Amino acid sequence: MRTMSTRLKVGWAVITVLVLIYALFPVASIVATSFKLPSQLNLGTFLPKTWTTTNYEEILTGSAKDLFLPSLRNSIGISLIATFIAVVLATLAAYAIARLDFRGKRLILTAALGVSIFPVVSLVTPLFNLWRNIGLYDTWLGLIIPYLSLTLPISIWTLAAFFRQIPWELEQAAQVDGATSWQAFRKVIVPLAAPGVFTTALIAFFIAWNDFVYGISLTSTSAARPVPAALAFFTGASQFEEPTGAISAAAVVVTIPVVILVMLFQRQIVSGLTQGAVKG
Amino acid sequence: MTAEVATPRTVEEAVKPRKKKPVRSDRAKAEARLGWMLAGPAFVVMLLVTVYPILQACYDSLFSYRLTAPDDKAFIGLRNYIEVITDPVFLQALLVTVVIMVVSVIVELVLGFALALVMHRAITQLRGLLRTAILVPYGIITVVSAFAWFYAFDINSGFVNHWFGWVPGISTDLNWFAQQGTSLFVIIASEIWKTTPFISLLLLAGLAQVPSELEEAAEVDGATWWQRLTRVVLPNMKAAIMVAVLFRALDAFRIFDNVFIMTNGANDTTVLSLLAYRTSIGRLEIGLGSAISVILFLCVILICFIAIKLFKVDLAGARGES
Repeated sequence: MRTMSTRLKVGWAVITVLVLIYALFPVASIVATSFKLPSQLNLGTFLPKTWTTTNYEEILTGSAKDLFLPSLRNSIGISLIATFIAVVLATLAAYAIARLDFRGKRLILTAALGVSIFPVVSLVTPLFNLWRNIGLYDTWLGLIIPYLSLTLPISIWTLAAFFRQIPWELEQAAQVDGATSWQAFRKVIVPLAAPGVFTTALIAFFIAWNDFVYGISLTSTSAARPVPAALAFFTGASQFEEPTGAISAAAVVVTIPVVILVMLFQRQIVSGLTQGAVKG
Repeated sequence: MTAEVATPRTVEEAVKPRKKKPVRSDRAKAEARLGWMLAGPAFVVMLLVTVYPILQACYDSLFSYRLTAPDDKAFIGLRNYIEVITDPVFLQALLVTVVIMVVSVIVELVLGFALALVMHRAITQLRGLLRTAILVPYGIITVVSAFAWFYAFDINSGFVNHWFGWVPGISTDLNWFAQQGTSLFVIIASEIWKTTPFISLLLLAGLAQVPSELEEAAEVDGATWWQRLTRVVLPNMKAAIMVAVLFRALDAFRIFDNVFIMTNGANDTTVLSLLAYRTSIGRLEIGLGSAISVILFLCVILICFIAIKLFKVDLAGARGES
């Protein structure tokens, strides 16, 4: 029995190491690249020979500053607003779907599903033309609106699944015990619903943060261009220099917050993604 | 009242309940009104951001229309479509897109299932660590993943050629992005790395629904590990597998970011999304670009149709709506 458990332990250790390598190796690779001296990029080694922060200086205070910092501001602002609007609208819709009985529930869920499988590129051509005519091209609003097509459907599905599991009878129970309906809502329902809303916001934010097609098609300057699109526009310090180091450093900067969020909230994200997806 | 509706004695009565409804109609109406008031805004916004543009694309696709010469806009019927589908560039892009879709879905299904099994079986102390690790690729921006893989394989800045020089065919002179096959290999690898976590989470949820008694019973009856997997576990999570495959297939069919960053379509690696983007945003040929957009949309509908009709994927049921 004891030998068996040691073998199991070793087995699990090996599996864990393999999974960690799978998940983290590409990240480690770009982190390592971001610390390489531009002159040592071509040595063919994984780790930098000399560790340097040159690339970070370039994107934060140097020549790539005007490209990177505005795009960071755009990405954060646009993704947060698109997430906020989607979560507010989806919370109302999911509440109705979970608690009320009315025709059209199915229609709304089916529409959300349909929108979520829509090929984004199909929407880009007409939006590009329309936005140019009505002045939304290269503006925050011009990205926030199409981002809703990404964030809203998944928010509705995830929240509807969360809300279905809330024991709504507790609200009445609290009212029976003498709470006003507002108190019952605030003290009983809000704490039960908040984790679901928060998780949904996190997932919706990841999706908006990840967008590239809209970002590169509907913007042309740093007025609204988000980070993923800006990365594609990086150029080297001189025309003979590849922007490899600067792009890697910028990539690491936008990846760190996501990795931290994932580490803090992995349990919630997993339950959010799977509840919205496959659950009876 | 519901009992009455449920057991109609005659055909007439079976029809009647509809007319009878007014009894509770005031409440039902009020509930419906409230329901639509709450869900309506989300519904309208979803339609506005998708249905309007796709209708506009259908309309524009019938015109010869380029932004460089907007005054020459002329109705040409379906000629744009004919031009697109007879263009070898389009057929090549369609083929590459389908290849990427099929290969990545198959590999992701196997890899995702393995990861799901690991998460499912993991002892409690490891579960958090494993889940966090698996979620990292999910959270990373696709463009960042594309750059990470690109730089790792790049002939100048990469280390892959140096590390794997002993593998036949790989040497420090190998330029991965100079021909179609090797380019697609790296593109698909990045795609797989980034999206397998999603598929494995869907499969994990499916695994959790397999009744453990069934597996135990099979074990007692002397079934091997492989028999239990193929005869008990997999058949019981068919619905989850189907949904995961469909979602990933549709997602992979829209692939854009990885190709744009790594090759931008060089060496016959153009995919449909990139072709649509280059036609309308790059060359400003709105009419032709709209036609490609509509074709892309129709392909997605076709994939859904095949999945639902042929493979009986119950999306609504599997996605929580009972």
